[in-house]
Amino acid sequence: MMNIPLSITSTIHDWLFSIMPEGAATFTEWILIATAYLALFAVAGLYLVLLERKVAAWFQFRLGPNRVGPWGIFQTIADALKLVSKEIYSNERVDKFLFNLAPYFVIVASLMAMAVFPFSKQFQGFDINIGVFFLFAISSIGVIGLLVGGWASNNKYSLIGAMRSGLQTISYELSVGLSILTMVLLTGTLQLSEIIEVQRTGGWLIFQGHIPAVIAFMIFMIAGTAETNRAPFDLVEAESELGAGFHTEYSGMQFAYFFLAEFINMFIIASIAVVLFFGGWLSPFGITEGITWFPEVLWFVIKVFMIILLMMWFRWTFPRLRVDQLLTLEWKYLLPINMVNLVFMAIVIWLNFTL
Amino acid sequence: MSYFSDIYSGIKTLLTGMRVTGGHFVRIRSENITQQYPDNRDTLQMFERFRGEVVMPHDENNEHRCTGCQSCEIACPNGSIEIIWDRQVDPATGKKKKMIDKHIYHLSMCTMCGLCISACPTDAIVWAQNYENSVYDRSALTKVLNQPGSKLKAGIEE
Amino acid sequence: MEQLTNNKIKTEEYFVNMGPQHPAAHGVLRLLLTIDGEIIKNVDPDLGYIHRSIEKMCERNSYQQIVHLTDRLDYLSSHINNGAVCLAVEKALELEVTDRVKVIRTIFDELTRLASHLLWWGVMGMDLGALTTYFYAFRDREMINDIFEETCGARLTMNYYIPGGLMFDLHPNFVKRTKEFLVTIKKNLPEYDRLLTGNVIFQKRTKGVGILTKEDAISFGTSGPVARGSGVTCDVRKIHPYHAYDRVDFNEVLFTEGDTFARYKVRMQEMWESISIVEQLIDKIPEGDIKVPTKAVIKLPKGEFYQKVEAARGELGVYINSTGTKNPYRLKLRSSGFSNLSVLNHIAKGGKIGDLVAIMASFDFVIPDIDR
Repeated sequence: MMNIPLSITSTIHDWLFSIMPEGAATFTEWILIATAYLALFAVAGLYLVLLERKVAAWFQFRLGPNRVGPWGIFQTIADALKLVSKEIYSNERVDKFLFNLAPYFVIVASLMAMAVFPFSKQFQGFDINIGVFFLFAISSIGVIGLLVGGWASNNKYSLIGAMRSGLQTISYELSVGLSILTMVLLTGTLQLSEIIEVQRTGGWLIFQGHIPAVIAFMIFMIAGTAETNRAPFDLVEAESELGAGFHTEYSGMQFAYFFLAEFINMFIIASIAVVLFFGGWLSPFGITEGITWFPEVLWFVIKVFMIILLMMWFRWTFPRLRVDQLLTLEWKYLLPINMVNLVFMAIVIWLNFTL
Repeated sequence: MSYFSDIYSGIKTLLTGMRVTGGHFVRIRSENITQQYPDNRDTLQMFERFRGEVVMPHDENNEHRCTGCQSCEIACPNGSIEIIWDRQVDPATGKKKKMIDKHIYHLSMCTMCGLCISACPTDAIVWAQNYENSVYDRSALTKVLNQPGSKLKAGIEE
Repeated sequence: MEQLTNNKIKTEEYFVNMGPQHPAAHGVLRLLLTIDGEIIKNVDPDLGYIHRSIEKMCERNSYQQIVHLTDRLDYLSSHINNGAVCLAVEKALELEVTDRVKVIRTIFDELTRLASHLLWWGVMGMDLGALTTYFYAFRDREMINDIFEETCGARLTMNYYIPGGLMFDLHPNFVKRTKEFLVTIKKNLPEYDRLLTGNVIFQKRTKGVGILTKEDAISFGTSGPVARGSGVTCDVRKIHPYHAYDRVDFNEVLFTEGDTFARYKVRMQEMWESISIVEQLIDKIPEGDIKVPTKAVIKLPKGEFYQKVEAARGELGVYINSTGTKNPYRLKLRSSGFSNLSVLNHIAKGGKIGDLVAIMASFDFVIPDIDR
């Protein structure tokens, strides 16, 4: 079930088992881990929103929020309080059950995906031997939330937005999957902690598999931004076209769920990229090897933020693509290149040209 | 073959665009143009010709220069100026002369066109540079420009 | 594929309102779209949400007071609009303004055109999704607004020209500030080209979209960069020169493709032409009087007078019908946006919604100009 940990987590584990009977102790451990993940979800979501606003402002010759707290660190808390106090209304003709259910799909999908990531050698919620496959399957569940939300709103614009978003996500999942598969060829295992083990001994995967790995990374970044409906692929929420897309009819906390889920998806895509390409929680050249858990988590977070910064850079520079151009990009350019790259990587491994 | 050259040239233009915004991102400290508004009121200076609102300057003896000729009232396109005047005996010369009682200015209707200021023959009204004109009560926007107890400065008619 | 869709699957058209309240559209314009899936079948514009009866108000104002109303038509080319009325009145009274006034009016008109095109560039990027272009354009436009504020006192509705000349003289800092601005803008415009014009995504969204043929451009009465993007020579500054345009050397920018990208390139190139006009004139402002004396109450002789100028969006015409009194009997404004809007249905048919957004951005509508 859970990863057998060392130091901090093992001390908590032993202490709990010593004061309660076994069943209750296991149950308490579950609750603790769930709370930790929920807290991480909320905090990461909040601070990613603030980071997005500050980074957007720095691209545009202005400073971001800087009044509510130094560097605006309490800004999102103020925004969250505002959203919580808003009135939740809907018109009478929405499909009540589906309307209220839709945000929960996206949250559940994001939380389950976050459970598999190795934040450090000891902090990993769920280390199964089909880790990568599990991740990939879970991220497909999020699409259902968008489609259901758009349909249940009883609104033409939401429906158009939801349909566009659905087809976009389904198409780009193929590219994401094939890029991940290209890297799995190098490691030979689907289990996430094993993948990092391979990178510890042999160097980061993006260096091990030189050219095909770099191509796979570029394709993964493009397809990953499209998965999360961010610009330049954000015609779903294109403000100048049709209102606000599938979440037009939601307000208050439900809107906050969709909004946070978008940022958490960005975090997830960045984490997958870091684990598969850039060595997860390993430090470059092994400089802090072996020191408990703190530097490892720090390296992981730093690397994830660099990739998130790259995704934000895309958003604030490029114009949007039109729907048919988006699909042309995927089916005529990304997919063939991906398949050729997969074969290329296989040849490189067979001929032992990896570094 | 054009498939690959299309991809290559496309990616090159995308990277050029990213370099432009990336350059500004890195140089934000020197290129920042935000003004921290309520905190910098002391140092914020408008240009001297800025059209804030119309005022009638009074000197230290509480005297103004308005003779009540009504040129500004005629020049104003939408009636933002009303002059209440009367013919009274001027104490200095003993003759009946037009003197103003009140010079009413409706800031809420003024379009800041400047025709009144260029029509005034004695430079009685000028532009002030205050830009914070919002009020909670709309009647505060109807201003009387001449201060109570003020009188015309001597020797203006020449 | 087409056969399959038409025979086996039945689709219906539906109506969508790209309504007057829109988070990021150009103003209060209501477009009633008839859409089949993603393809647009019909665009029906519905005007009048910002009609303020400016032409009727002009019938009760004197000629000096009419000038400040034209500021509020196409508020991004306010000096040019003021100039149209002043030129009409001066033509009727047969007044000749001094050289100094002509040169200053030309410089201010070209700076206004630059400011308007900069804002158009920022908004075009923003409509298509590149949200940083808006801020880059406004940073440069602030410098032009500072130049105007120092001399005229206002940043948007200037009211600086009067029939007979200018309201007051230039500020002593004007030449220095304009020269600094020219140095900065010449450095920034190539950067904007690198950010948006060369971008492959932008080119794919604008090339081949919304093609307007030359015959259609002439028959619908378009003017300005919309017509020049289709190859029609219609620059009023060249055909009927006014102010000091016959003394400066500039090209009329023409492209023949007629699609959105051609209209974009016309405006980008016009910015360079404006910079060159200002550079030619900025050091040679002649000395002289600012105002030619007119009577306090201007009465035009009986008759009809028409004056056209090249505003940033096209040709603006002022028609005054006077019966000899101090107010005009009828004043009509021929606005460029109204004729340009009539083409929209013709060229947006058969495209997608994303194309409609790109076409409207390239037409550069300012709705108060259409509704007056």
